[in-house]
Amino acid sequence: MKFASNAAPHWLGAESVAVLMRQVLYALVPALIVLVWFFGAGIILNILVAAVVALGSEALVLRIRKRPVGLFISDYSALVTAVLLAMSLPPLTPWWITATGTVFAIVFAKHLYGGLGYNVFNPAMVGYAVLLVSFPEDMAAWPLPRNITPDQQTLSLFTVLQYWATGSVPADVTVDALSAATPLNSVKGQLGMMRTMPEIVGDPLFGNLAGHGWEWINAATALGGGWLLYRRIIRWQIPTAMLAGLLAPALVFYIVDPATHPSPAFHLLSGGTMLGIFFIATDPVSAAASNRGRLIYGLGIGIITYVIRNWGAYPDGIAFAVLLMNLAVPVIDRYTRPRIYGHGA
Amino acid sequence: MTNGRTSNQALPLPAWGIRLESRKVDSETGAIKKMPPPGELIVALKQNIGVPAETIVQPGERVLKGQPIAIASRWGLSVAVHAPTSGAVMAIEERPIPVAGGGTGESVIIEPDGKEERYAGYVAQMNSKRLPPPQIRNEIMEAGIVGMGGALFPTATKLNPGSGIQALILNGVECEPYISADNALLTERSDQVLRGAAIMLAALDCDECLVAVKADMAEAQAAVQAAIDALGDDRISLVVVPAFYPAGGERQLIELITGKEVQAGGLPWDVGVVCQNVGTAAAVAKFFDEGEPLISRIVTVTGDGVGTAANIEVMIGTPIVDLVEFAGGYTDDAAGLVMGGPMMGFSLPHDQLPVTKATNCILVAGQAELDPSVREMPCIRCGECARVCPAALMPQQLLALARGPDYEALESQGLQDCIQCGCCDYVCPSYIPLTSRFIEAKQGLWENHLVSQRSALALRRFDARGERLERRESDRSDELQRQVDEIGPAGEIDADALRQLKQRVKSKKPGDKT
Amino acid sequence: MVAGLLVMAFLSGLLGIVLVISARRLPADTMTVVDQVNGVLPHTQCGRCGYSGCRPYATAIAAGEADINQCPPGGDEVIVALSQLLGRPAKALDESFGLAGPPIVAVVDEDICIGCARCLDACPVDAILGAAKFTHTVIANECTGCELCIPACPVDCITVTENTSQLDARAAH
Repeated sequence: MKFASNAAPHWLGAESVAVLMRQVLYALVPALIVLVWFFGAGIILNILVAAVVALGSEALVLRIRKRPVGLFISDYSALVTAVLLAMSLPPLTPWWITATGTVFAIVFAKHLYGGLGYNVFNPAMVGYAVLLVSFPEDMAAWPLPRNITPDQQTLSLFTVLQYWATGSVPADVTVDALSAATPLNSVKGQLGMMRTMPEIVGDPLFGNLAGHGWEWINAATALGGGWLLYRRIIRWQIPTAMLAGLLAPALVFYIVDPATHPSPAFHLLSGGTMLGIFFIATDPVSAAASNRGRLIYGLGIGIITYVIRNWGAYPDGIAFAVLLMNLAVPVIDRYTRPRIYGHGA
Repeated sequence: MTNGRTSNQALPLPAWGIRLESRKVDSETGAIKKMPPPGELIVALKQNIGVPAETIVQPGERVLKGQPIAIASRWGLSVAVHAPTSGAVMAIEERPIPVAGGGTGESVIIEPDGKEERYAGYVAQMNSKRLPPPQIRNEIMEAGIVGMGGALFPTATKLNPGSGIQALILNGVECEPYISADNALLTERSDQVLRGAAIMLAALDCDECLVAVKADMAEAQAAVQAAIDALGDDRISLVVVPAFYPAGGERQLIELITGKEVQAGGLPWDVGVVCQNVGTAAAVAKFFDEGEPLISRIVTVTGDGVGTAANIEVMIGTPIVDLVEFAGGYTDDAAGLVMGGPMMGFSLPHDQLPVTKATNCILVAGQAELDPSVREMPCIRCGECARVCPAALMPQQLLALARGPDYEALESQGLQDCIQCGCCDYVCPSYIPLTSRFIEAKQGLWENHLVSQRSALALRRFDARGERLERRESDRSDELQRQVDEIGPAGEIDADALRQLKQRVKSKKPGDKT
Repeated sequence: MVAGLLVMAFLSGLLGIVLVISARRLPADTMTVVDQVNGVLPHTQCGRCGYSGCRPYATAIAAGEADINQCPPGGDEVIVALSQLLGRPAKALDESFGLAGPPIVAVVDEDICIGCARCLDACPVDAILGAAKFTHTVIANECTGCELCIPACPVDCITVTENTSQLDARAAH
C-alpha cells in the first residue's frame, strides 16, 4: 500500500491567526458597550467607516501587490487595526478624518512595510498619530459623558449623523455639548494655569478615581484584556511591564507632590491606558520578540506615556510612546536574545 | 547531585515544551504480543549511526536464530547484525529501508524455516555483573545493541565514557503521543530492564541509576517501583518526569533531572551522566541472561488506520506490511503511514519496508489523525515558538535569517542547536513549517561549510607549495655554494668558470633530477 | 550668535577628540580589500579568470581592473559574496571564462600513466603524488579541480569527475 508523504511534525496545535484576531475583536466588545453608553453611537459610526475603508484599502493594496486577497482579508488583522483606531477617536469624528487615519494605517504603516507580519510600527497608532498632528482640534473634541450632560442623555443620533457627514455643528446644538475637554486634557490645561489637583478634580468632569465615564471605559477594556490573557492570546509580560512603567513614576511624583500630580489611579483609568496596555502594546508584530525584551518594551511604553502626559505637549501619550518603542525594537531584540541551551552556563 | 531524591518525587515543570494528548490507551490495554516469523525478513546492514556492518554469510547459506550474519566494520562506528530466526539466506541486495527522506541499504534477505533453531555461539552468563567493564562493552558490541529510542547510537561506545560518571539515567519517558513500546516494556518486564541497568552500572563503574518515567504512565511507574523493591538494589530509583513534550529528549531529560546543561558540541558524560533507553537496558539483559543478541524489538502499531492497536514484539527485518497484517490489517480509514510519533516521526511512502532496530512505532493514521498541510501565513512574531523551544532558540528570528539565507547569523543564533522536535510548528498560528525550514537551512549551512573548508584547504596547500618552491630554490643556492666551496677558495678560480657553472645549474628545469 | 558659534566650536572640538581616541584605541581593520576578496574566492588556483591564480585575480578586482564575474568554480555564490563585499552589482557569470558546475576532482588513469612527473609541477596545491618512472595518483581530497594538470600530461591520462568526498573535507577542518 502506498501513502502520501508529509514532513514532521504531523500534528499542529495552534489556532490560526484569523481565530486569534477574532478573539481580540470579541475582547473589545465590553469596552465598546460602555463607550457607546457614555458617549453615544458616534463610536459605531467610526468603526463602520474605519472597517469599510480598512478592508477596501487592504483588498486594493493586496491586488496591486499581487497577493491572495481572500486569504489575507480573512485574517481579520485589518479589521482589528480599524476597530482599535476607531475606538481611539472621539465619538464625534467626521467620516473623512476616520478614513484618512485608516488609509494611513493600512496602506502606509502596514503594506508599504510588507503587509501582515512585516510592519515596524503599530498601524493603528500610526493612523492615530497622523490624525493627532493633522486634526488636533477634532481629535481633542470629546463630548461630555452621559451622566453629566444637562439632560443626562448622549447626543441624539440625528446630531451625531449630521456632524459625522458634514463636520459642522447643527444650529440647535451648542458647541460646548459637542466638545468638552477630556479629563486628561482638563488636568493638563488647568495645571498649566497653576490650579492644584484637588481643585481640578472638584470639577463635575471627575468621578471618584478619574474622569466620569472613563473610569468605566477603562475598567471594561481591562476586562476584555483579562480575557485575552486568560485565553493566552496575549502574554503577561507587556501588560505588566507597561503597567509598572506607568504606575511607578505616577506613584513617586504623586507621593512627592500630590498638588500638581494626578494620582496613579487617575493615570490608570484615564484616556487610552487600558486599551494601550492590553490591545495596542501587545500587538506582537511591532513588539519585541523575547520575553525579556517584552518586559523592557512594555516598561518603555509605560514610562514614555507618563513623561508625555506630564511634561509633553499632548494630554495622552500612548500612541507616541508605542511608536517610539517600536523604533527601539530591533535594538531591544538584539540585546535580549535568550541564552541558547548549551551555550555558556 | 541527585542524592537524597526520594522516588516518585515530582520534578519541576520545564520552562519549555508543550502538553500533548497522549493517545496511548489503545495499545496499553493489551499485553505485548509476539509475532511469529513472517514469510521474508529484510535485515538491513546499517542498523546504527556510523558505518554498516559487513556480511559474513553467503546467499544460499542456512543461518540459525541469533547467528551473526554481519560483523562490525572496522571503518567507523559499527555493530554486528544477527539472524532474527533460523532459515536460508536468499540474497544480499539493496532494498528500500525506512529512513527520513527515503533511501536504500544493503540488506540480507532471509526466508525463515519456522524451526526457530538457536545459534549455540552465545550462552547465558550468570556472573555478568562481575565481568570487567571492557568485556561487558565488547559483549554488548558483539550483541549488536544500539540505542533503541531511535537514535541507534552503538550502546557499547556510550558505555565507555571514562571515569567520573555519577548517574545512569534510563530513559523511559516516551514523550511522543501514541508510542507506548517502552511503557509496555516497563509495565511487563521491569525486572529485565533493571537487570540490564545493573550490568550497565557495572560497565560504567557507577553507583546511581535513575529510571525516568513520564507522569501519566502510572502502571509503568508502579511496575518499576515494584521491581526496584523486589530487587532490593538501593542504587536504582524511580524518577517521575512531567508529561511534557519533548521531556524524553536526551538533553532535555538531563536538564530536567539534574538541572545541568550539556554544552553545545559536548556529550552527556561531560556533566557526569549517561543516558540509555529502557529498551536498550532490556536488550542488554536479554543477551547476558539468555544469550540472545538484539534480533527483535517491541513496536507500537497504532492509529485509526489499523485493526487492533497493540504493542508487538517483532523480529528485526519484518516487513511493515506483515506487521500491520498481524495487527488486524488496514482499516478503510488508513490515510497515512508514519514511523515514530506524530511530532518527529517521518512519513513512509509505502509499507514494503522492514522494521529496524529504530522502529519504535508504526502509526497508521486515519483521515482525522494527522493535520493536513494548511496554507502558510506570514509570521506575526507572536513568540509562541520561542516560548516552547527546548533549546531556547528564537525560531521566528531563525526563520527570517533562513530566508536569506544568512548562514553566519543562523549559526550564531543557534541553528545547529535545533533538535527538530517540532514544538514551534505545533504552536505556530501562521502554520509555518519551521522545522522543515530549519532542516533545509542546516543542510545549506553544512554545504556552505564544506565549500569554505575546501577553499581553506586549497589555500593552505597553495601557500605550502609556495613555501616548498622557495625552500627548494634556497636549497639549490646552498648546494651551489657548497659546490663552490668544495672546489676551492674563491680566489683560486677564475670568474668566468664560476659564471658558467652557475648558468649551468640555473638552466636546469625544475623537476629534473639533479 | 557668539554663544552659538562657541557651542558649535566646542561640540566639534569634542567630537574631534572622540574620533581621534576611537581611531587610536579601537582595533584597526587590518584586512586589506585584496585579503577580503581573496578570502571569498574558492582557491582552486585554476587561472580560468585570466590571472595566474586566486590572489592575482583578487588584486585585480580590488584595483578595479577585473570584473567580479570571472570565476567559474566559485559560481553564483562567489559573485554574490563579492558583490556584497564590494558593493558592486551582482551579475551573471561571464561564461567566456568557463561554465560553473559541481565540484570536480582529477583522476589519473594508472594504466596509461607513464610516470613522467610533469603533472606534479602543474598542480598548484601539490595534490598529485608520484615520482619519475612511478605511476602518479591524485589525492582526491586535496584536488581543487582546476584542470591545470590535464594539458601537462603527454599521454592524456588525466580526466575529471564529480567530487563527492564530503566527509574528508569535514575531517580536514
